[in-house]
Amino acid sequence: MSAMLDPRMPLLSVADLEAWYGESHILHGVTFDVYPGEVVTLLGRNGAGKTTTLKSIMGIVGRRKGSVRFEGAETIGLPSNAIARLGVAFCPEERGIFASLNVEENLLLPPQVKSGGLTVEQVFELFPNLRERLGSSQGTKLSGGEQQMLAIGRILRTGARLLLLDEPTEGLAPVIIQQIGKTIRALKEKGFTILLVEQNFRFASTVADRYYIMEHGCVVHRFANSELDANLEKLHEYLGV
Amino acid sequence: MFEIFGIPSQALFGQLLIGLINGSFYALLSLGLAVIFGMLNIINFTHGAQYMLGAFIAFFLLHYAGLNYWAALVIAPIVVGLTGILVERVLLQWLYKLDHLYGLLLTFGLALIIEGVFRNFFGSSGLPYRVPDSLQGGQNLGFMFLPNYRAWVIVLSLIVCFATWYLIERTRLGAYLRAATENPTLVRAFGINVPRMITLTYGFGVGLAALAGVMAAPIYNVSPQMGADLIIVVFAVVVIGGMGSIMGAIVTGFGLGIIEGLTKVFFPEASNTVIFVIMAIVLLIRPAGLFGRRT
Repeated sequence: MSAMLDPRMPLLSVADLEAWYGESHILHGVTFDVYPGEVVTLLGRNGAGKTTTLKSIMGIVGRRKGSVRFEGAETIGLPSNAIARLGVAFCPEERGIFASLNVEENLLLPPQVKSGGLTVEQVFELFPNLRERLGSSQGTKLSGGEQQMLAIGRILRTGARLLLLDEPTEGLAPVIIQQIGKTIRALKEKGFTILLVEQNFRFASTVADRYYIMEHGCVVHRFANSELDANLEKLHEYLGV
Repeated sequence: MFEIFGIPSQALFGQLLIGLINGSFYALLSLGLAVIFGMLNIINFTHGAQYMLGAFIAFFLLHYAGLNYWAALVIAPIVVGLTGILVERVLLQWLYKLDHLYGLLLTFGLALIIEGVFRNFFGSSGLPYRVPDSLQGGQNLGFMFLPNYRAWVIVLSLIVCFATWYLIERTRLGAYLRAATENPTLVRAFGINVPRMITLTYGFGVGLAALAGVMAAPIYNVSPQMGADLIIVVFAVVVIGGMGSIMGAIVTGFGLGIIEGLTKVFFPEASNTVIFVIMAIVLLIRPAGLFGRRT
């Protein structure tokens, strides 16, 4: 499948994306691209529209307008189950581990949508803790870090090539954050494309190739990891850190 | 013939059997209600009418198409399940985001319409349905006489109940159902067509009601109000077991059938109210029901 991916063509191309929750207009024309094999991070303050951007790509916000193209195909009119079938997978901020499913059922829940996903064994190589927890009764009884690993691990099996990760490090201990960072780098090596939403800029700088900064539902600035030092001042200004 | 607590064994075991038979129907019907409530968040008041439809379809098949009980056991649940799918697509799907009350009123109204139409054409006296030839007769167990058909109903009900439990609690499809009950948005974002799953769940739940209706036809008369008589008790069973709990529906269904039967032996005056008394007590002590997950 990687043969058909032209590295000069964006895997994901978002243009003039607008989104609403009920009456509130959250995104006001978001435009950015993600190329195959990249790790791209959306940065921004709380309420800037980062999570809504991920959810709009996945098709799970109330109403959206504009264009979201995946592998060149327009997805703006598709329901979320059809978008997932194209090879897009979402790991929500609240992790979304199911209380009525045990650990194994949680891990095996997302159906395979494409060939070429990781095997369960490969998921365990990335997250050895999960193997030990497989016998546990309830997925929600795991620690926060283990729940995050389960939430990421389960979407690696599906064959999706684009992973949307919403604040995977939130509320986790530094040693777990390091492990998540290692995992993201390993996934990049395996050819996954990752769109990451992060508040933790220090963490993002260890994994990201490029950054987009969002404010008030728009992308206001972009730069590559190599331009990081030159952009630090601007970054502080936008993020207030 | 011997006595237990001064009650002749024939009377005791006879009522116990009636209790088990009633319990079989309580379990099958409350199971369908629990499955539907879990997925659709709708309290399906049409359930009794759909049970009645199952019995009538068995009657029609026998008298107009010459198809026997065994054929009805397969055809009636499919036909009623398909009408259920139509009802879900046309009516119910618009109500999921509203208060439970709307779904309850709509399904209650549907039940009144269906039962009214059947009463108009078939009166309320009830139509007989013969026990199939292969299940005529019975076994003398020494302490009681066990009609073959009643034994069949209990066994089939147990098999269907536990097969449904297994499907939901132990299979991959069941994992989708349980996960979608918790967080339909996320399950859909994994690529599963949740709206279609909801439609099929409703079809399956009302198919179970129709199956119970076919099973009931040779025991009770086939009559337009057969479902209305039963459904009130079944709702009490569901409340006692806990809305949305599969095992709760099964265990409570059989258990309350037996308790009701025994009450007929030891204190007949209370036999019609005992289930509601238990419901009141359970609601006071455990408002989520005996097996309810949510509190």
